[in-house]
Amino acid sequence: MKAIYEKPQVFTDAITTYCGGCGHGIVGKLIAELIDELDLRENGILVWPIGCSCLSDRYYDMDAFMALHGRAPAAATGIKRADPSKFVLCYQGDGDLVSEGMAEIMHAAIRSEKFTVIFINNAIYGMTGGQMAPTTLEGQYATTAPKGRKEINSGFPVHMAEIMGMMPGVCYSERVTVTNPGNVAKCKRALKKGFENQIAGKGLSFIEILSPCPTGWKMSPLKAMEWVDEVVAKEYPLGLIKDTTKEEN
Amino acid sequence: MGEKVFMQGNQAMAESAIRAGCKLFFGYPITPSSEVPEYYANVMETRPEEGVMFIQAETEVAAFNMVAGACATGHRAMTATAGPGFDLGQEAMSYMSAADIPSVVVEVQRPGPGDGEILAAQGDYFSAVKGGGHGDYCNLVLAPYSVQEMCELMQEAFDLAQKYSNPVVLLTDATLAKMRESVELPGYKEAPDPKTVRNALTGCKGREPHKVVTCGDGAVQWEEFNLRLQEKYAKIAANEVRYQEYNMEDADIILVAYGSVARVCESAMKLAREEGIKVGMIRPISLWPFPNVAFEGKKGKKFLVVELSAGQMVQDVKLAVDDKKDVTFFGKLGGTTPSPKVVLEQIKKLV
Amino acid sequence: MNLVKINFDRCKECGYCIKFCPKGCLSKGDKINKRGYYPPVYDATNCIACGSCARMCPDTVLTVYKDVDVQ
Repeated sequence: MKAIYEKPQVFTDAITTYCGGCGHGIVGKLIAELIDELDLRENGILVWPIGCSCLSDRYYDMDAFMALHGRAPAAATGIKRADPSKFVLCYQGDGDLVSEGMAEIMHAAIRSEKFTVIFINNAIYGMTGGQMAPTTLEGQYATTAPKGRKEINSGFPVHMAEIMGMMPGVCYSERVTVTNPGNVAKCKRALKKGFENQIAGKGLSFIEILSPCPTGWKMSPLKAMEWVDEVVAKEYPLGLIKDTTKEEN
Repeated sequence: MGEKVFMQGNQAMAESAIRAGCKLFFGYPITPSSEVPEYYANVMETRPEEGVMFIQAETEVAAFNMVAGACATGHRAMTATAGPGFDLGQEAMSYMSAADIPSVVVEVQRPGPGDGEILAAQGDYFSAVKGGGHGDYCNLVLAPYSVQEMCELMQEAFDLAQKYSNPVVLLTDATLAKMRESVELPGYKEAPDPKTVRNALTGCKGREPHKVVTCGDGAVQWEEFNLRLQEKYAKIAANEVRYQEYNMEDADIILVAYGSVARVCESAMKLAREEGIKVGMIRPISLWPFPNVAFEGKKGKKFLVVELSAGQMVQDVKLAVDDKKDVTFFGKLGGTTPSPKVVLEQIKKLV
Repeated sequence: MNLVKINFDRCKECGYCIKFCPKGCLSKGDKINKRGYYPPVYDATNCIACGSCARMCPDTVLTVYKDVDVQ
């Protein structure tokens, strides 16, 4: 008998607080798989944001820091600068990273902090109940955009992976999604690349993940997956945006 | 103790912090605190063998959160700021106290409100002592009144932060920060091994994972969390009261002042004594916990509270004395400091 | 034969495992779990133990084994 898929060892038995079909759950699992595969549990510190994932410390049997809203890159900077030997993962959603913490992520990139940033883009504020995010699509419904996001009030969706790709301090930026087994595998490869870049002491790695929020979007999980592929990925094209580590090789 | 030097307050304080094993500084320049980050930046370049790391943050918001992250690893780290910069740090002050993070923050007071001025003031007593962040938390606040004391309290601040797993604020002002004085620098101390610091994030090898979290999980759990914090604050309040008394044996009038204006009051007290007025002084050094004990059993004495504010510490004095009618306030605003003669005039009004 | 074990009470009934199984081995269940969801039911007949169901599951409900000894 051979196990094809088992619960990653670093995972505790806690059941997540995510809604059914939430993309956070799929990504969280990939992180756990990579922590196991790269043996990072005992030497890693996970930095969690405010948002739906703010209780993530209880899902992983390892050291964790729950940062204030938007401040995860600043806290991660403090941690990594204090102890560069640690593997530091900075995990953020779109309200956290693009709105409240835009300055912190930009300046972590400017300084080329040597940690890995995972950015969950679900184009909505999940935890607070479906309000508009800076990444909300034009015309997309949100409780604070009841007739859909309008340019005149809220401008345009923010393309973080491209912005990060423009920063000299960022060594790797890619946008992936988790909408089918093939995309999950690609997402895992991107995360692994980001983890390995840090282990090799390279600059900031940034992985943006288009993620379904069935509750916030008021869709069934399966419909939400389709909506990522058919609508969200049109606004935010998938693919590699920057990889300076390739040129070095 | 180390060597005797003639040194500026901010710089001497920064040197003391480095000697206390605080090798990490995260800061954003703001007058009148900028000599502290400048000092760290210089030491990083000129004394590389000491392993000092300085990061100029994008904002005070980030600087305070960087300190939170760094201190959470069990390493000593600090920031220094002033007035509006301290405002921006408040979310992290609330967080660090809740998360049991042993951090040190220097706040050099300058007159507000708003952008204000860059001279000496004491109008940030409330935000430091009462807490400008949300929730029920306390900062341990120490207020030196000389460059020598700044150096000593700076070193002690790191020990206290670690002892109680709580932020310590060193509350100074523009006068103390910018003045030069003869000072005996403290000697070098070894910072503790991060692995020995309570709940430090050092990687979970060979132990249960450590979690730095301030997120509630229902009212019952959160009440318990808060009650545990209150126990921490009660312990600090019971053990860390500091103040200095002057000429209290026969005093009829008691001056109450902290920080730079306490120096003015000390001179005013001498002038009054020369004129035969029996004046004493209480100088709170720990502003939280406030030295209530110093005011007990002094019914009938007259208290003159002198501050560079519209009256902030005076509220705590009124709570501490037996009869608040005994308390008179004299404040100077906007960056002005009274001369000893001006304070003497106020003393004479009470005779 | 191959086997998918279902951790019944972890399931939140998103339906991803059913949708992404290439062999139709998983289908909607009719038993409710203690969190109020209806976890899927599994039929091993056509299972190739590809692991797609488990990889898509956001809640680590599924464990996939290949070549299990039939007892």
